Amino acid sequence: MKGGRSAVDLWVGIFVAIGIGAILFLALKVGNLVTFGSTEGYRLEARFDNIGSLKVRAPVKASGVVVGRVERIRFDAKTYQAVVTLKIDHAYPFTTDTIASILTSGLLGEVYVGLDAGGDTAMLPDGGKIAKTQSAIVLEKMIGQFLFDKAAPSGGK
Amino acid sequence: MLSSPVAGIADALRRLGAGSIAAIARLGYAARFAVAVGRESPTAFARLHLTIREIYFAGVLSLIIIAVSGMFVGMVLALQGYDVLQRYRSDESLGVLVALSLVRELGPVVSGLLFASRAGSAITAEIGLMKATEQLSAMEMMAVDPLARVVAPRFWGGVISMPLLAALFSTMGIFGAYLVGVRLIDIDVGAFWSNMKAAVDFRYDILNGIIKSVVFGVAVSMIAVFEGFDASPTAEGVSSATTRTVVESSLAILALDFVLTVFMFRGISQT
Repeated sequence: MKGGRSAVDLWVGIFVAIGIGAILFLALKVGNLVTFGSTEGYRLEARFDNIGSLKVRAPVKASGVVVGRVERIRFDAKTYQAVVTLKIDHAYPFTTDTIASILTSGLLGEVYVGLDAGGDTAMLPDGGKIAKTQSAIVLEKMIGQFLFDKAAPSGGK
Repeated sequence: MLSSPVAGIADALRRLGAGSIAAIARLGYAARFAVAVGRESPTAFARLHLTIREIYFAGVLSLIIIAVSGMFVGMVLALQGYDVLQRYRSDESLGVLVALSLVRELGPVVSGLLFASRAGSAITAEIGLMKATEQLSAMEMMAVDPLARVVAPRFWGGVISMPLLAALFSTMGIFGAYLVGVRLIDIDVGAFWSNMKAAVDFRYDILNGIIKSVVFGVAVSMIAVFEGFDASPTAEGVSSATTRTVVESSLAILALDFVLTVFMFRGISQT
């Protein structure tokens, strides 16, 4: 009987260890628990004329590296602009003349916010505002612009 | 003397009323039973070896079926997902597709269904047979509370086993998808893992999946011990109680899954 119970204990121990190992695997290897915690970081605010199809939790990238995530998107009814709150990892400070632009990875890929640091020496504080922004490129508008530009010279002739 | 159609309607209404009262009474009994199990739960942890024995029966013996089905579900998901994704030239997203479907939905739900039919039915049959052979009455005669000695350890054994099994299911599924996607179809191994890692969030996806599996574990274990305890003490009673456990827990898992999904994931897709 004693041997039976210790065998059961051993198997349950193995089972619990496998289960916890599976949760750890999911958290570390499948999820992004370590690479970017969702609690740590400072906030930056950027105003865009058009954010395209940017969504909350979209990545914020600098030189292609994920440095944060989009935390909140709201519409400012006074300036008719979209106000995007970015949460950036503490490890990455950005200069005050940083340019924020809304980009797409590939033609059908995900929309993200790209940050390009400038040459300024002062860094943006927590809650700081990014002054220079570049809106999303809306494909329909671009095609429309292209057709308009093409049509204009030939119409003038 | 009433005319016969009126008597027929009254009879039908009486039967409807009796059925409703019986259903509500059973629901009340089940709720009181759940509270009583909760009250006796400290014994399940004070005498831990009883609970450990039940984790062995509910969890360890379900390991093989959970691991094998998880792996096959992952492999099939990878094959089917690749077939659609490659039409849009986004086959690098295969890891994302498989990981999100497994961690959010299939892991908790399918392992919950398997757990209900593998472990839940066994718990019901065991407790029902104990009742039919008057072992439970014998315990009461010896001043041993069957709720504390028999029911609570089985309930907590199931509750503890279920999230671990669901996590194992998802892990094996992702491993199966890796085998098919990277080894068989030859998707780039770096894109497979890094896209997955970039898209799966710990709090939104993994933690919500674990919460789901805990809720399913509580529901299945409670239904299993209640049906066993409530079974008519006959051979037919035990057999129909076992069937009821599987049917009720499967329906409970699917219904709870819908409700939980609405609360957990609706906000994300809207923003």
